[in-house]
Amino acid sequence: MASDARKALFEPLFSNNPIALQILGVCSALAVTSQLSVALIMCLALTSVTAFSNLSISLIRNHVPSSIRIIVQMTIIASLVIVVDQILKAYAFDVSKKLAVFVGLIITNCIVMGRAEAYAMKNGPWNSFLDGIGNGLGYSIILIIVGAVRELFGSGSLLGYQILSPVSEGGWYTPNGLMLLAPSAFIIIGLTIWAIRSFYPEQVEKPDYEMQNAHNAPAHGAPGGH
Amino acid sequence: MILNINKQCGFFHLPNDNIVKTIGVAALLCLVCSVIVSGAATLLKPTQVANALLDKKNNILAVSGIDLTGKSVADAFSQIETKVIDMATGEFTDAVDPVTFDQRKASKDSDYRVELSGDQDVAQIGGRSKYASVYLVKEGDAVSKIILPIKGYGLWSTLYGFIALEGDANTVSGITFYEHKETPGLGGEIENKKWQASWDGKKIVDASGQPVIQLIKGTVSPETPRAEYKIDGLAGATLTSNGVTNLVQFWMGEDGFGPYLEKVRAKQSQASAMADKNTLEQG
Amino acid sequence: MDLVSLAVKSIFIENLALSFFLGMCTFLAVSKKIQTAIGLGFAVFVVLAITVPVNNLIYQNFLQEGALAWAGMPEVDLSFLGLISYIGVIAALVQILEMFLDRFVPALYNALGIFLPLITVNCAILGASLFMVERDYNFTESLVYGASSGVGWALAIVALAGIREKLKYSDVPDGLQGLGITFITVGLMALGFLAFSGIQL
Repeated sequence: MASDARKALFEPLFSNNPIALQILGVCSALAVTSQLSVALIMCLALTSVTAFSNLSISLIRNHVPSSIRIIVQMTIIASLVIVVDQILKAYAFDVSKKLAVFVGLIITNCIVMGRAEAYAMKNGPWNSFLDGIGNGLGYSIILIIVGAVRELFGSGSLLGYQILSPVSEGGWYTPNGLMLLAPSAFIIIGLTIWAIRSFYPEQVEKPDYEMQNAHNAPAHGAPGGH
Repeated sequence: MILNINKQCGFFHLPNDNIVKTIGVAALLCLVCSVIVSGAATLLKPTQVANALLDKKNNILAVSGIDLTGKSVADAFSQIETKVIDMATGEFTDAVDPVTFDQRKASKDSDYRVELSGDQDVAQIGGRSKYASVYLVKEGDAVSKIILPIKGYGLWSTLYGFIALEGDANTVSGITFYEHKETPGLGGEIENKKWQASWDGKKIVDASGQPVIQLIKGTVSPETPRAEYKIDGLAGATLTSNGVTNLVQFWMGEDGFGPYLEKVRAKQSQASAMADKNTLEQG
Repeated sequence: MDLVSLAVKSIFIENLALSFFLGMCTFLAVSKKIQTAIGLGFAVFVVLAITVPVNNLIYQNFLQEGALAWAGMPEVDLSFLGLISYIGVIAALVQILEMFLDRFVPALYNALGIFLPLITVNCAILGASLFMVERDYNFTESLVYGASSGVGWALAIVALAGIREKLKYSDVPDGLQGLGITFITVGLMALGFLAFSGIQL
């Protein structure tokens, strides 16, 4: 039982990371990462929504008719997100202004839905709760890496504290404006995935086509499909 | 009671695909969720409203130049008088209560909204409220600063801010932008305190009475012709810079606060003419 | 004229997929073949073009502060119910669309059928509705916005599928194989789309 709980909590961090391996929940992961502090609040919001939605869905899992299963999950998740949104507006006003619509988009974040359907519907409340936290943290790790890289190289600061003193303030560092724009986030995630997969080679995807010596394989199967 | 519990137990023992249970579960879930959601919304509403108000006051105080050390926001704000003007005439109006008047909401309300035609609408806001809030910082009886709300389109989004003018209604004494979605580090530098400080002392209108203040490409040096009307552009954010120029010129121009500022200036020159006359007579 | 400008803006400049990262899960997962990408892109376009204006009506007539004045309750502000209403509308409309297509246009149903359930949880759909509220579009604008951001999303996914089909023949380092290289490709595409920023009509 204890090992189950540990697995639920720690596996999603690296060896089964929801973003890097299952391509879940990248949507919001990127738009909020140009500042680390905003990314952190987003992580907190998503982790708590995932944990509590897993918990409550697991609690009622034996009484949910399968025909309305999806809409039940959706209602619970949407209610939790509204509560989180209201709390942020009340107690973290500045950050909630920056997060804007992206808090709402937690509803459609595939991690929350995916874990509810794949784990909470089949497992007990405590393990589901831990699984929610674990997956939230797995998501957070990627978000924090991306957020830290973007803020450090884009504005020369971390959490708002100047680390590299920029030229505009009389220092030496010329901020890399590209880091603050959308494309950099994709590229950083791509490289992060590369790094994770270099440590866990079993995660490497098989290529659709193997490069073969032309003489040995004269008739190559499918062309591009045009 | 016993009957009730029995009924409930019976309900939860029904098979999951039973129609009664399906509807029952759906109804129960809706009830629970709606209680939680509306509970959270109602309980937190006062804090949220207070937050929004505090935020607005903070932004106004930030450009007002009032020394905040050791004062609460409410205390410091008591030095500021809130008034509402009629944009077309530039006169103060009693048509709405200045304290509760919400200009942003009014600009969308068909009762107050004035549509702007294509060439009037340089700030790309589509329309504006016919009344506007002005915040006056008083020193004794004299108005030492006039704080005006401004907004306009940058590159990605509408920029919202305040501009503070000296009592002469022509010299800038502060500017701030508190809401925007420009690219952080590029257009987002409109939040940069150093850049905002570079506005201090600049002039809005020249001798012709037209607002000519503008952001230029690159930096302003003392040798730049008419440097007092020019402000450093934001590096790498030409379109945001153009947006800022447009919105400041719009709000300071005849379709914005122009009529009001014109009146203040006229009164000023009248007053100084009087003062001159007095000194002459005495001399 | 404003509407044309809005359309161009939402297709190219503020592309939902490439500059707001919306709908990424499906965007990355279902972009291996051009054929399927076209199917999904079209489905997203249809659903966006319907749900954004419908949500606009709901927002303006029920949720907005003071919107319930017609029911004699001008003080009520239900905007906090926005999220749950929009997602409900989206789920219901997708379901209705599915049944409608199944009954009346079976050919289209066969082409789109498998994608429709995926679309309910596509952030691009909910995202577009939320942006519509945030930017305060009126009904006509929301119609144009919904349709053209759908076109933009479809354009992005079809382009990505095209690149990925060609990418099959390239020799990618092991760790980058599949997902990794796709992320980087999307990054470069987004960089390309940045060139549109600032275009104003």
